Amino acid sequence: MAGFNAWLNKRLPVDKFVREQLLEYYAPKNFNVWYFFGSLALLVLVMQLFSGIFLTMFYKVGEFTSFDSVEYIMREVSYGWLIRYLHAIGASAFFIVIYLHMYRALMYGSYKGPRELLWLFGMFIYLALMAEAFLGYVLPWGNMSYWAATVIINLFSTIPVIGPGLVEWIRGDYGVADATLNRFFSLHVVAVPLVLLLLVALHLVALRQTGSNNPDGIEIKENLGPDGKPVDGIPFHPYYTVKDVVGVGVFLTLFAVVVFFVPTFGNLFMEEANFVPADPLSTPDPIAPSWYFTPYYAILRAVPNQRIGALLLLLAVLAFFFLPWLDRSPVKSVRYRGWWFKGFLTVFTVSFLVLMYLGLKPATGGYVTAARVFAVGYFSFFLLMPWYTRWDRVKPVPKRVRFHD
Amino acid sequence: MTNSFIRLSRTVALGITLALALTLGLSTRVNAAEAAAAGAAGAANAEGAAGAAEVVSWKDWHAGNEVDNVASLQRGARNFTNYCLGCHSLKYLRWSRLGEDLKIPTALLTTNLVPSGATPADYIKTSLRAEDGVAWFGKEPPDLSLMARARGVDYLYRFLKTFYADTTRATRSNNLALDSVAMPAVLSELEGVKAAVYKNVDTMVDGKPVVTKVFDHFTMIAPGTLDAAQYDAFVRDTVNFLDYAGEPVQVERRSMGVWVVLFLLVFSGIAWLMKAEYWKDVH
Repeated sequence: MAGFNAWLNKRLPVDKFVREQLLEYYAPKNFNVWYFFGSLALLVLVMQLFSGIFLTMFYKVGEFTSFDSVEYIMREVSYGWLIRYLHAIGASAFFIVIYLHMYRALMYGSYKGPRELLWLFGMFIYLALMAEAFLGYVLPWGNMSYWAATVIINLFSTIPVIGPGLVEWIRGDYGVADATLNRFFSLHVVAVPLVLLLLVALHLVALRQTGSNNPDGIEIKENLGPDGKPVDGIPFHPYYTVKDVVGVGVFLTLFAVVVFFVPTFGNLFMEEANFVPADPLSTPDPIAPSWYFTPYYAILRAVPNQRIGALLLLLAVLAFFFLPWLDRSPVKSVRYRGWWFKGFLTVFTVSFLVLMYLGLKPATGGYVTAARVFAVGYFSFFLLMPWYTRWDRVKPVPKRVRFHD
Repeated sequence: MTNSFIRLSRTVALGITLALALTLGLSTRVNAAEAAAAGAAGAANAEGAAGAAEVVSWKDWHAGNEVDNVASLQRGARNFTNYCLGCHSLKYLRWSRLGEDLKIPTALLTTNLVPSGATPADYIKTSLRAEDGVAWFGKEPPDLSLMARARGVDYLYRFLKTFYADTTRATRSNNLALDSVAMPAVLSELEGVKAAVYKNVDTMVDGKPVVTKVFDHFTMIAPGTLDAAQYDAFVRDTVNFLDYAGEPVQVERRSMGVWVVLFLLVFSGIAWLMKAEYWKDVH
């Protein structure tokens, strides 16, 4: 065995990798519950890849076969229903985990230097994930698939000059049709997953380079012990591997409750309208995107001019990219920030959640007015950040991490 | 150290409690009290006897079906074959699967349910040709495989119980749940023919009083072969069967889920103990 180990390591740096990435990779010892969501995101990604591979074995892309093949999977493939539910509900789980992961970064300033690139890679993952979710949502070819594709692709028509041509190029037809479905399948199972995996690898490499932030926003590398190791750090393995397993257990428990007992989750994770085959002659009422897109959808509909609405939608997503440079505060963690930041973070949190709710409601009267108010709240968090983070009266940051908060 | 550990334990405990509560609550999906109330209200409304104020509006009726009740599903399958299959298919469900899930012996299935010319391995298909459907009803009668998932069981229950006579329509009938419905009141031989009774309600529109006609209750014009309670049971069984047809695996799914969740709870507990053991030396 020792001989094989030596043989192997001479050719492949297995031991070196394990030592550098796990045993001697020091993570802050004060991670709280918010720090489970990174490893959980990786878990969901792997789960989506595997369930997706099995679905692809039975799914038959095509406007006359897609819907039927999904029902075939649900009814006649052994445990096909389980694989399909894992994949469809996994999409929602992915966004829950990613949103909590991103929110953690907002709270503890994890996007701030020296982690700007880490944050940007994460944001590109988020963009790729949105694309992946949208493309995948179209594949069952239910009526909501069809109309969601129609509405979302039409957003590109608001781009001046090239818009109409671009929309036709994306669809490959004059309307959302078989050609659209086929290319969406290709993008969903090949192109975007490759991009996602590459970005996840970059995200992890960047994380290894800077090390994790923590709830106190202290750089543990700046406080080394006599042995040259961070005094507030503990080896990733075994400490955080065993801790993450607890997170995995709790997450999978909750996930299984949804998969086995409430797979549609009250019309949120799987919509009733998508149990009707795609029908270009019958529009579902209302057309609502999946819950994880509704904050942006509410912003889109809050603006009477569709072109400006689409632009604001784009800005609402892209705003996150600029956070490292918008934030002028000398401290990272919300624990040591003042009331200005805490106030605006609250405004953002409430706005995002209310917009999420409004995006599921029809675009009428009071809902639109409310969407306008909360869209202002949403953008104020980003646009005013250079000022309020400078005015903020921050508290002194301790030298060592604290365990309580 | 202790503080964060207590916090983590609290979070884990909360998650586990929540999961357990959900599992127990959801594994018995049907709320018996709600079902009973809806049934009583439905029966009362069909008779049109009770005072309008005390009757639950038809919009609040619930199917209250129990998809794990095999006897009810068998009756529903019989009802479907006798009254729905003439026009509607269940194109994603095979007769053999139905027989297996509903514990109907193959011999019985073949003689009583499977139409002549079809085999148990066939999908449940109507013999009505699509073009005849369009010619006779103005549209092809929809496949019902996923109707319970697309519209919900409560909708189906309300739909089958709110047909009423309407001489303005070619089918001589209309429906509260689906206005201007193309489907004729095919179950009226069982339920009887009902008339809708309206009441005038004073409302204010743009500051002016307007009288609107609002549905109040049904009166029976011509009784059918079933009384109100029997028809209610008939509809409930039929809707129950359509619920099953929408997702044949659902009973198995829930019973499997109990074990999966229990396993994951034990797994989480052991993982937590292991974490606690490893973290003892972190100060």
